Order: sequence, then structure tokens, then C-alpha cells
Amino acid sequence: MSFDLWVLLVEQGWGFALLRGATVTLAVGLLGMLAGVIVAVPLALLRWRRLPLFSQAVDGYSILVRGVPGLLVIYLLFFGSIEWVQRLATAFGYQNSADSAYPFVIGVVAIAAISCAYSIEVFRGALEAVPVGLLEAAKSLALPRYVTFFHVTLPIALRLALGGLNNVWQMTIKDTSLVSVVGMQELMRSAAIAAGITRSPLLFYCAAAGMFFALTAISQALFSHTERFFNRGFSRG
Amino acid sequence: MELDLVTYAVPFLLAGAKTTLLISVFGVALGLPFGIALAVIRASKNRMLSRSADIYCAVFRGTPMLVQIFVIYYGLGQISAIRSNPVIWWIVGHSLHAAILAVVLNTGAYTAEIFRTALLSLPRGLIEASQACGLSVWATFRHVKFPLAVRQALPAYSSEVAIIVKESSLASTITVLEITGYAKRLMSETFAIMDIFIITSAFYLMMNVISLTSLKLIERKLSFGK
Repeated sequence: MSFDLWVLLVEQGWGFALLRGATVTLAVGLLGMLAGVIVAVPLALLRWRRLPLFSQAVDGYSILVRGVPGLLVIYLLFFGSIEWVQRLATAFGYQNSADSAYPFVIGVVAIAAISCAYSIEVFRGALEAVPVGLLEAAKSLALPRYVTFFHVTLPIALRLALGGLNNVWQMTIKDTSLVSVVGMQELMRSAAIAAGITRSPLLFYCAAAGMFFALTAISQALFSHTERFFNRGFSRG
Repeated sequence: MELDLVTYAVPFLLAGAKTTLLISVFGVALGLPFGIALAVIRASKNRMLSRSADIYCAVFRGTPMLVQIFVIYYGLGQISAIRSNPVIWWIVGHSLHAAILAVVLNTGAYTAEIFRTALLSLPRGLIEASQACGLSVWATFRHVKFPLAVRQALPAYSSEVAIIVKESSLASTITVLEITGYAKRLMSETFAIMDIFIITSAFYLMMNVISLTSLKLIERKLSFGK
């Protein structure tokens, strides 16, 4: 058995294929999360400021995406865009590069769209949790509005948002596995290919599970470290 | 959106909704007691038991459910002892049963986490009081800890129920045709991607609203005095 393992994972190179898949998973997760957060901050501000129309639109987006399965969002984005992307790529003569880059790009977009919806809620909650007393203190010091925002509200809100963002990240890294369903070569897809060819699904799916577990465990440890750093000087509630 | 498309798609999605509902109901009915049991085991004094329950929860919360469902449906079938055992094979070898098993195992880990924090947040004084009254460990749990913990855990558990409904969509990856499975099929059949997405979302949002309002009602019933 141990000999079989060696042959499968090292000599036939499936172990490396899985590791390569894991790096793609990590890349998609990180890019998706980053893009999601970057878009989520201004949207959360719109929502927080209760700007008419914008606020409702952001709310609608957030409720819709958080209410339907991630798989459905991914199907929408993949099947919904494949036709015009192909047409566009053919028109400009980038057929090949479009074919190879397409799953990755749309995968990142899909993951970003999902993580963004959850991040909006996190940021909104954090903005609303900033103590009113601090804002009143800033007002009584006659600080201009943007100073209050950038030096009082935002730093406190970001600290408050940290825990929620960690949850979103943990969810995002696990959601990347869904993109495998539409053919992106990440960890889950590599495991499925390896399982299909070698006919040992148990081994490869368990290996994929192990790698996902390592990813989430390592990021959890990193996060705890970061949280301690940002919470220095604050008493533990 | 044409009416033809709606009348074409809705019957399929209704059939899918039945399966989604079936998986979710089993997920709640089996996953909730399983999760509570896990939470109790995690709080137990027996180090071996509590440690293994901790590991179970960490593993199921730290890996995607897609992997879990694949390990159960495709992976376990490789072991000949499982294939030859009729009872286990009935569960693992049938795609719908495997999906339900995966949902139950997965939600159990999350439910355990919810109830563990609820049990930890109970006021010490109440438990000490019940011990001072001479209640047995079981009676303390049954009449003091559990009722209080349920009320504490219910808001978090209601979002877990919404997650169960969403996670049941992964059953479509192992050929179970539930809402998302039918939606994918309809998308590739009709090419009306956006329209199908909107109709399907309406199904999911409706299910969410129903489950969240019913849990809100239970919550209100359990929190007396308000």
C-alpha cells in the first residue's frame, strides 16, 4: 500500500498535480477575496449612508447572492458570459488565449461576486458598530467630516470588521472548490482528474480534503496572529 | 422574460424543489440532534471523547462540502467492506442518500459549534444553583442547560438552516436533480441563462423566507415575556 502511494503520488506525479491545483485554489481565493473586499467597501459605505436607490440596490444584490447557492451564481456567470466572450475573442483574434484564461478569469469574478456580498454585510455591521460617543467627540473637536471618517470611523470599523472578514475568507477559500464544476483546474478538479485516471477516488479526494484543511488551518493561525496585533491596547471583551 | 419560458421551467424547478426540501428536512431533522450531541460530547470531561469530537468538527468545518460529498459518494465505494455491507451501501451507494448523509455530517459540525458557544455562555450561577438543589447531571442538562442553550442558539441556528438549503445544491454534483441541478439543465437547454437564474433564485429566496419566518416564530415562542 505504501509502495502504491509512492508510485501514485511521486512517480506518476499526481502529488505535484494536486499541489499545483492547490496553488491555483489559493490564487483564485486570494484574488477573489481581494476584488470582493475592494468592491465591498464603497458599496457598504453607500448602504451605510442610506443613499436612496443605491442603498436598496446594494441590499438587493447582497440578499440575492447570499440567498442562493454559490453554485447557481457560478453557473450564471459561466454560462451567461461564455457566448459573448467567445465572440469577442474571435473578433479580435485572441481565440486561444481566451480559451485558456477564460475559466480562471470568470472563476475569480464569480468568487469575488460571492465574497463581495458577504463582505458588504461585514463592513456595514462594523460601520454601524462604531461607538456614537467617539463620533460625537470628533464633532465636538470640530474635526472636518473627512478627517472624522478617515481617522476615527474607518480605523475603528476596520478593526471591528476583522473577525467577520476572517469568516468570509474561510468561506471563500472553500467556495473556490465550486469553480471546479465548470472546469477550472484547481485543487478539486486536479483531484477529480487524478481520481478518474488512477481509479482511486478515496485517496485523491481525501488528499484534496487534507490540502483544503491545511489552507484553512494556516489562514486561521495567521488571522489569530493579525487579530492580536490589531487588538493590542484594547481589553478583551 | 417570456411567459412560455416560465411555464416551461417552473414544473421542473418544482420537482427539484421537492428534492431540495427533502434533503434540507433530513439535514435539520438528523443534523440538529447530531450537532447537539456533538456539542455535549465536546464539553464532556472525557478527554478522548471531547478531543475526537473537536477534531471531527475542525475537519468538517475546515474542508469544502464538495470534497466531503465526493469522498462519501465516490471515495467510500472503493472500500470493499463498505460495498459488501448492505446497510452502509444503501446509504453511500445511492446518490440521494449520500447527499443527505453529507449534509447531515456537515451541518452537524456547524451546529455543534453553535450549541457549544451557547452552552459556554450560560450563567455559571444557574448551573451551580441546580447542582446545589441536588439535580443529577442529566436533570441539569435536560431542565436547565438545554432549554437556555436552545434559546441562545436559535438565531444562529436559523442562519444555519438557510445554509443547509443552499448547501443541498451540491447534491447536483453527484447527479441528484434538485433545484440547482434542474437550473443547470434548463440553462444549457434553453440558453435563457439570466431568466432561468432569476426564476431559480425566486425559488431559493422563497424557501429562505419560509424557513427564516418559521424559525422566527419558534424564537418568539421560546423567549417568554416579550
